[in-house]
Amino acid sequence: MRLLNRTAGRLSRHRRGPLAGLAVLLLGLVISGSLYTVFSPAQADSQPSETEQVAKGKELFLASCSFCHGQNGEGVPTVRDGYQLGPSLVGVGAAAVDFQVGTGRMPMAQPGQQVQRKPPVFNDEEVAALAAYVASLGPGPAIPNESDYSIDDLSEEERQEAISRGGQIFLTNCTACHNFNGAGGAMPRGGYAPSLHGVEPKYIFEAMLTGPQQMPNFSNGNLSPDEKRDVIAYLGSLEETPEYAGFTLGGLGPVSEGLFAWVVGIGGLVGAAVWIASHTTRSKKSKVNA
Amino acid sequence: MSVDTSKVATSNRTNAATASKPGRAGSLASWADDRLGLATAMKKNLRKVFPDHWSFMLGEIALWSFVVLLLTGVFLTLWFNPSMGHVTYEGSYDQLRGVGMSESMASTLHISFDVRGGLLMRQMHHWAAAIFIASMMVHLLRVAFTGAYRKPRELNWVIGCLLLLLGTLEGFTGYSLPDDLLSGTGVRAADGFLKATPVAGSYMSFLLFGGEFPGESIIPRLYIVHVLLIPGILLALIAAHMLLLVYHKHTQWPGPGRTEQNVVGFPMLPVYAAKAGGFFFMVFGVIAIMGGLLSINPVWKFGPYDPTKVTAGSQPDWYMGWPDGLLRIIPTGWETVIFGYTISWNVMLPILIVPPMMLVVLMLLPFIEGWITGDKRDHHLLQRPRNAPTRTAVMVSLMTFYGLAWAAGGNDIIAIKLHLSINQITYFMRVAIFLGPALAFWITRRWCISLQRADNEKLLHGYETGIITRSPEGQYAERHLPITETKAYTLTARERDEVFTVGSDTDASGVAAPNSRSERLRARLSSWMYSHNVQKPTRAELEEAHHHAEHEAELQAGLDHPVDGHQFDDHRLRDTDDVPLRDH
Repeated sequence: MRLLNRTAGRLSRHRRGPLAGLAVLLLGLVISGSLYTVFSPAQADSQPSETEQVAKGKELFLASCSFCHGQNGEGVPTVRDGYQLGPSLVGVGAAAVDFQVGTGRMPMAQPGQQVQRKPPVFNDEEVAALAAYVASLGPGPAIPNESDYSIDDLSEEERQEAISRGGQIFLTNCTACHNFNGAGGAMPRGGYAPSLHGVEPKYIFEAMLTGPQQMPNFSNGNLSPDEKRDVIAYLGSLEETPEYAGFTLGGLGPVSEGLFAWVVGIGGLVGAAVWIASHTTRSKKSKVNA
Repeated sequence: MSVDTSKVATSNRTNAATASKPGRAGSLASWADDRLGLATAMKKNLRKVFPDHWSFMLGEIALWSFVVLLLTGVFLTLWFNPSMGHVTYEGSYDQLRGVGMSESMASTLHISFDVRGGLLMRQMHHWAAAIFIASMMVHLLRVAFTGAYRKPRELNWVIGCLLLLLGTLEGFTGYSLPDDLLSGTGVRAADGFLKATPVAGSYMSFLLFGGEFPGESIIPRLYIVHVLLIPGILLALIAAHMLLLVYHKHTQWPGPGRTEQNVVGFPMLPVYAAKAGGFFFMVFGVIAIMGGLLSINPVWKFGPYDPTKVTAGSQPDWYMGWPDGLLRIIPTGWETVIFGYTISWNVMLPILIVPPMMLVVLMLLPFIEGWITGDKRDHHLLQRPRNAPTRTAVMVSLMTFYGLAWAAGGNDIIAIKLHLSINQITYFMRVAIFLGPALAFWITRRWCISLQRADNEKLLHGYETGIITRSPEGQYAERHLPITETKAYTLTARERDEVFTVGSDTDASGVAAPNSRSERLRARLSSWMYSHNVQKPTRAELEEAHHHAEHEAELQAGLDHPVDGHQFDDHRLRDTDDVPLRDH
């Protein structure tokens, strides 16, 4: 009680301070503003219109993408037959843009065997604008909604089934390149299947849908949206499950296990042998070189 | 009837002492001895002397990890069900619940998640297997590099090689038992290797699998091989290996007091019993820590075997990695078609021809060396690797071959972890697998010979003190000081190499000598093996050098800085028996 009284006392001491009025005013504004945003009805003009988006996207596209993909996204062939500076983007759809630009792969920093993931250059709004522009070039897969890849609305039992079904789909279709643990694997000529650890579900869904780089395209006819969702659920469950067995050693399989057997196992035990042999019996106090 | 000891005095006092009653342990020991006659055997063996060196304990790692394998293996058999019958998994691991699998996979998951301590035991068993084979190889290298495989130990070397082979097979069969995706891929590969055998291949495969792959009999068959057949042979061979060790007595490093006729070291009891016993617990401890902390073979992530599935990073356990590496780098098109039958050289060469050939070469090493040197004497003193440059170089060359093939087996992991192209790794390995061993041979041999030369320098001119002195004329020179007698003895405790030369091709009557062709080959090999070696200095050379050193010392004795150089290094005389050569 004393504590409460003291707090109340301290408050009341400040209530006539020079800044008290300002503080109350600010508090009131913040509360009313927040309440307004929460409860106000969404208005049509609060979102940029489709045409505005496309126009903005085209501007960004001309500045950052057209050098390789062409002024109208038609792609830029090079003098060598079959090689392109950048492929045509007609019909790749919004999902491909969201994946490539959202994960920072595009715009490319430098040509190479494979486009690297890096911190994204554009913010969410700009990505949306770019996606809208590219989607306007030709029909293609749209950006998935969260309900497409979330299992939150399933019952406990359905979730369980989704996860084990997703595991089997993952092992059949994905592990050949991405490894059983989603740790990634090697592809020919310096390419690689990237690690799936910590990748947002949306991007995994989009990758399956659009087949970026060397990845095959798992269209909705091939893997239904529900099956894609199950794969994502399985990967999510792997990350949530504690590692029952201890450190995973990179989740790379027998190669890293062999490395540890030699370095930790044999290294440690040879060290122990050296230690035992150097502590020999002795009749004198001083150390004897046996 | 034993002698009545109650009347025998135990002191010089006037009253006779009586023997105290034997203690409980003592009476138990006599009870056992009266019936089993252990005392005679123990008396000899408990005092058996073993020399002390860390490298002599490498084989012990293998022995103790084998004990851990037996202990954990027995635990696993209590729950493991080696059957390929189909069941639906309903255990504790969420991600696989409701998935169809074989009973062996289901029971492996049961051991991992529903048996108390089961996962720890499984992981300890697997780590112990990896360490078992690794320690056998390290032990093998020690034996080879020190020349311990020379007469009379050639057969024990062969037994050791067989143990390595059996350990590898035992590892492979055990790794295949859980019937998970990774091991199933391995069994599928083994099936392919069998089928690559000309003519008999498909028959052998059908015999092993009881029909077409995978069938329903391979797991029960591998199980009985894994828990009964190979462990039985392993145990018998380990027993033979150790009995021969006791019979031959352990080799030792040369040094003062150590000869071909004795063993200098400590007795079994109490010293080695304590050391070896302690080492067992260390091996057990390291394996237990690894089993507890480091994940190995997480079968629940691989899922059950299904021929339609495969995972990136599908490698065998490390000891099968080198044939896999050879398989990965061999060009794909090497096939011959004869009468419509394909001979797959690209599978036969890396799997069915080279690995068995390497094993045979390994087993023959002591015999080949013995034939070239013609040395029929017993050897109990070890050679330093530098004092057998050709042998050391051959071993390093074999190791380089092994290491490159091994690395090629992990080419995909190397590619993603070091950001390299898997194709370029393959091209590099295709050349390096031939060039590397040759280069390693040449470098190692020159290196050994240089070390021999350095040893001779030490014997003749002493060691380099690191002290620079300036003479009155202004000349700078590093002061060399003589090494101790102990060190000099140890350095000179080696034999001079004798290059074998053939006599005349014909005897006095002009009759061609028998085996003259093989003798000439022997002579050529002997010259290849020995002719570059640096021999230890002769007595005359040593004496002359010491005379020179004494003269130097005299010249410096009158100087006003009585620094002998030992103040600044680790060569201070360690005990009073250690006398510098100069004082003689």
